[in-house]
Amino acid sequence: MSNIIEIRDLSKCYHLHGGGKESYTALRDVVSSKAKKIFSFSGWRPQTHKNEVDFWALKNVSFDVQQGDRIGIIGRNGAGKSTLLKVISRIVEPTSGSIKIKGRVASLLEVGTGFHPELTGRENIFLNGAILGMKRDEIKRHFDAIVDFADIETFLDTPVKRYSSGMYVRLAFAVAAHLEPEILIVDEVLAVGDAQFQKKCLGKMEDISKSHGRTVLFVSHNMGLISQLCKKAVVLNKGSVSFTGDTVPAIEFYLDQQQQQVSYVASDENKDYVILSCEAVNESGASSTHFLLSEKVRLKFVIRKNIANPNVRFSCTIQSRTGDYLSTFIEEMGNHFNADTEEKSFMVEFPSRLLAPNNYCFRLVVFIGNGKVIDMAEMICPITIVDEGSDMSLFEGSHYGYFIPHQTFTETKR
Amino acid sequence: MELKEDYRDNNDWDLVIEPGKTAKHYWTDVWKYRELFYILSWRDIKVRYKQTVLGAAWSIIRPLLTATIFTVVFSRIAKLENPGQSPYMLMVFAGMLPWQFFSNALSESSSSLIGNANLITKVYFPRIIIPASAVITSLLDLFISFCIMLILMVYFQYPPTLKILLLPVFIIFLFIFSIGLGLYLTAVNVKYRDFRYIIPFIIQFGLYITPVGFSSALIQDQWRYLYALNPMVGIIDGFRWAILGEEMHWTSFAISISVILFLFYAGIRYFRKTEKSFADHI
Repeated sequence: MSNIIEIRDLSKCYHLHGGGKESYTALRDVVSSKAKKIFSFSGWRPQTHKNEVDFWALKNVSFDVQQGDRIGIIGRNGAGKSTLLKVISRIVEPTSGSIKIKGRVASLLEVGTGFHPELTGRENIFLNGAILGMKRDEIKRHFDAIVDFADIETFLDTPVKRYSSGMYVRLAFAVAAHLEPEILIVDEVLAVGDAQFQKKCLGKMEDISKSHGRTVLFVSHNMGLISQLCKKAVVLNKGSVSFTGDTVPAIEFYLDQQQQQVSYVASDENKDYVILSCEAVNESGASSTHFLLSEKVRLKFVIRKNIANPNVRFSCTIQSRTGDYLSTFIEEMGNHFNADTEEKSFMVEFPSRLLAPNNYCFRLVVFIGNGKVIDMAEMICPITIVDEGSDMSLFEGSHYGYFIPHQTFTETKR
Repeated sequence: MELKEDYRDNNDWDLVIEPGKTAKHYWTDVWKYRELFYILSWRDIKVRYKQTVLGAAWSIIRPLLTATIFTVVFSRIAKLENPGQSPYMLMVFAGMLPWQFFSNALSESSSSLIGNANLITKVYFPRIIIPASAVITSLLDLFISFCIMLILMVYFQYPPTLKILLLPVFIIFLFIFSIGLGLYLTAVNVKYRDFRYIIPFIIQFGLYITPVGFSSALIQDQWRYLYALNPMVGIIDGFRWAILGEEMHWTSFAISISVILFLFYAGIRYFRKTEKSFADHI
């Protein structure tokens, strides 16, 4: 099979000013610094960029994509996944290196790019389609299929600002799913829909690549989705490729990489609430990664309040190693933080003989009532539950689930 | 996956992305995305009429009111004369057609990239489409104003001559002038975010040095060439010539056209140069 994309030594550098990516140059500053230069008689002075930092979002990335491949791109937050997709989609220019592409590229980096809330569903289909590069006839040809896929027929002439978020996402994905590019690039966009719709989208994407031989590049944090959809994967770490190959070994590689980081420490503390640190400890309070089935698992974490918000909650989720959420517990922050508390540490305890022998991770989220995330740490504190002779120990190594609360089978009358 | 070096020529690829490389197919790309010009303008118009109560009425009231005020101020109070043969109000209105188009187009296009930042950071298409479609949107207002102009001419019983058939030529020059300047300003706007505060001032200032409320024939001859460096002078003279049959100063028109073509070229050049870093700055 021939290469459809060739990426060679691709790098992308951002010049960050002191204030981060958001800061921009003001004409005022440029004019005043130029004026100062003219009026200062000391002549030429070297310009100092005290606050400017070079940040390499991508560094010497090289890999090939073959026609019909479905490639997952995995990596931690800030590993450069989205930047890579943006460079391939021609949204940002690389600093060095090259990409060669054969065929039409369509990228779906966000659901509903260009949707206008005042326009109706029908109007937005045409608007969004044109923005994604579809011809008017093409949209017309697929119009019924799009409406059908999104399942919004009755609301077709309602402005999308009145849509529920689910309908909005469905419509947006439906338009994108009917693009006919040779290469489809999808960033973490499915995360927003409900499970049933996610499944539908995955099916559609599989269909696109299998029956039409199209190529899909797919970014997700959800290892489950990646392993379902992709045959191959690229693992990015701090802007460089650290692994390319089949999906399963790639995910294992990525998780091993994650595991080296046993306890979690916040990297950015400039949020209203910050999850400062988190570790899994055993009953005697020692940090650990392996727990016996008969041991309690305790997750200890510290949250700091920078700016108070009355509506804040936090949640703890236990995750499988592929990123599926197994169970979530929610707590009101207000119960714990009063006006002058700044930091609090918490503990969640999982009773012994609840989690089946398997591998787990945790997710902590601090969020505002309606779900807006303030701080989040995912796939942290990997632990392994070790079977020390349960009824199931016979079946060690085979996947039989995540929970084994004590259960008996009772005979009943027919 | 093993990296096999492909010795094929670059021409085998549809797209080669390298830093500093201007896209091989830029203008074909613009052509491929031609529907987007139309659809973005259509979106702007549609949204505008959905959001405002007055909607279409506003595009009728505004030019009429402005023209009336200008006529009163310049003709009745300042006692300026129209050296040509047309009624003062018609002369003012013919000058206002291009001026209003220009000021609309410039303020819309100069803020267009920032206003569409969500598109720029998420999808690729030739960026030039955004400011260009903002200018196209202003054509609708020009058309409405032109209809009012025709009604006014009936009211004043002032029939147009055949010269009116040449009006599209001046509209084209007006269009490329607005796009040229708009491209430049919107690109600067992305880089220097406080630049947008200067744009209303540019438009206001432009009104004072442009013969909207009076005839450029009032300018003394030795100054006319200098005056024509303002491209709107040539365009307004052209509109008055084509619609009302007023005198035309062709030499100064030629100067205006040269300035327009130069600005158009410079605007596109600057835009193309900065275009690739828009997503980084916005």
